[in-house]
Amino acid sequence: MTFSFNLLADLQQMFQYQFMAHAFEAGTVVAIIAGIIGYFVVMRRSSFAAHALSHIGFAGAAGAVLLGISPVYGLLLFTSVGGSMMAALGPRAAHRDVQIGTVLAFMLGLGVLFISLYTGYATEAYSILFGEILGISSSDVLLTLAAGLIILAVVAVVYRPLLFASLDEDVAEAKGMPTFFLGIIFMLLVAIATSFAVQVVGVLLIFSLMVTPAAIAQQLAKRPTRAIIISVIIALIATWLGLFISFYEPYPVSFFITSIVFIFYIFVRFVYRRIKPLKVYQANSQEIETDR
Amino acid sequence: MQSKIITAENLVAGYPGNIVWRDASFDIDRGEFVAIIGPNGAGKTTLFRLLLGLLQPISGTIKIFDTQPKRGNPLIGYVPQRHLIDSEMNVESLELVRLGFSGKQWGFSISKKDRKAGLAALEAVGSLELAHRGLNALSGGELQRIFLAEALVSNPELLLLDEPLSNLDMRREKDLLQLVNNVVRSRNVTALLIAHNINPLLPFLDKVLYIVNGKVATGKPKDVLTSERLTDLYGVPVEVLRDSRGKFAIIGIEDYHGDQI
Repeated sequence: MTFSFNLLADLQQMFQYQFMAHAFEAGTVVAIIAGIIGYFVVMRRSSFAAHALSHIGFAGAAGAVLLGISPVYGLLLFTSVGGSMMAALGPRAAHRDVQIGTVLAFMLGLGVLFISLYTGYATEAYSILFGEILGISSSDVLLTLAAGLIILAVVAVVYRPLLFASLDEDVAEAKGMPTFFLGIIFMLLVAIATSFAVQVVGVLLIFSLMVTPAAIAQQLAKRPTRAIIISVIIALIATWLGLFISFYEPYPVSFFITSIVFIFYIFVRFVYRRIKPLKVYQANSQEIETDR
Repeated sequence: MQSKIITAENLVAGYPGNIVWRDASFDIDRGEFVAIIGPNGAGKTTLFRLLLGLLQPISGTIKIFDTQPKRGNPLIGYVPQRHLIDSEMNVESLELVRLGFSGKQWGFSISKKDRKAGLAALEAVGSLELAHRGLNALSGGELQRIFLAEALVSNPELLLLDEPLSNLDMRREKDLLQLVNNVVRSRNVTALLIAHNINPLLPFLDKVLYIVNGKVATGKPKDVLTSERLTDLYGVPVEVLRDSRGKFAIIGIEDYHGDQI
């Protein structure tokens, strides 16, 4: 396949291949949910917990492979149980780096054991660890879509209480909000999002879709709704562009996705911030004028 | 309207196997500005937790607005003691204040009611110009005003402020107290404020509630603030001085090295 500068023709050619069409479909859903959930992960400062959850999922995925079922079910089971336990251990549990790290390493080790018991060692482990979006089946796409819709529906319902509990847990608790219950809901959302995002970037690279786009967005927008939209857009651009490039270049999709996200991050962190402050200040004073 | 907002009788507070203080009987009237003082770990925040319904008394009774405290009482505005907001928390102030108003509602909000209420609360604390600033870009004093707006946005009748003065310089301390005092007087709100240094509070207070050595007592500032009682309270020598205008000043003698020079 060669790249032409006629993008439409390129895309038409690309979508003739079913695996590319599936990859784009699943990738789109995953980018949207990862972008949204990622914002709450960053807000709650639970990025390490989310990272750990994907490693816990690795053991589940490997176990599922060993049993001859789709890794996604193992991921869902392990991340949901692991996530609920983290939430149940207490609201501050997400910040217990050492404990989480200990469980994380153990789970990764367990995954290695399961994988070694399974004869197809290398390829399966590789695809769980680093993602294998190009090998996604049409039933996986449907399952991903279903999970995406569930996540969107739940987020639409819990949006404000979850945001409040994430921003200001003590006041939310005093106001009688079910912070414990919200913590569990949140971790379950992370669990589901993680389980499906693993298909795209794999267990080890989950940060690039679940955390980094949201962290970038948070630098760019002070209003949660805007930040969530930006986070989704960054995740989408990275996924689409990554898939697009990988169609022409023989390197892993997850490498391209993580690199694009990283470039965004570097740009915002070091370039954008230097040129921005003055403009922000001006925009703010205008907004205040209109409020009065 | 009854004038007693909080009444406690023979109240014992603490956690299983660890009584923090006992035999507390006191009451607080509507519209009073009350300072809660006492050494670290004496159980000042424990009292707030009881009032908020986050902790059950071990024995005795406590009533707030004539009923048992329960979690989520909309008549209470609470500002917990906070460590500095995470430097990554780039969320605009107005958003936090709005959540104080509508954070309990499920689903997305289409109405702009919370926005209006949020802006009004920010105006009430004189911080409208901070509405669109990120929380991570605010100073300690500015943050405390935002937190106060967040507590005021739901129009509470009782304010519980847990050490809002820590991390503030003297000027900001005075500004914030003036602000709380204005709220108390203009809205006939009752405010309980936990503090370490009582000096800046003295011009505003109606009552002092002090917690020490497992006991709770209340009184008018001039009755409580005597050298003997405060020395007893903190367990270190404390002297209460009056300046030429009759104002109090309280110093720990240990800190006062003037006579040694």
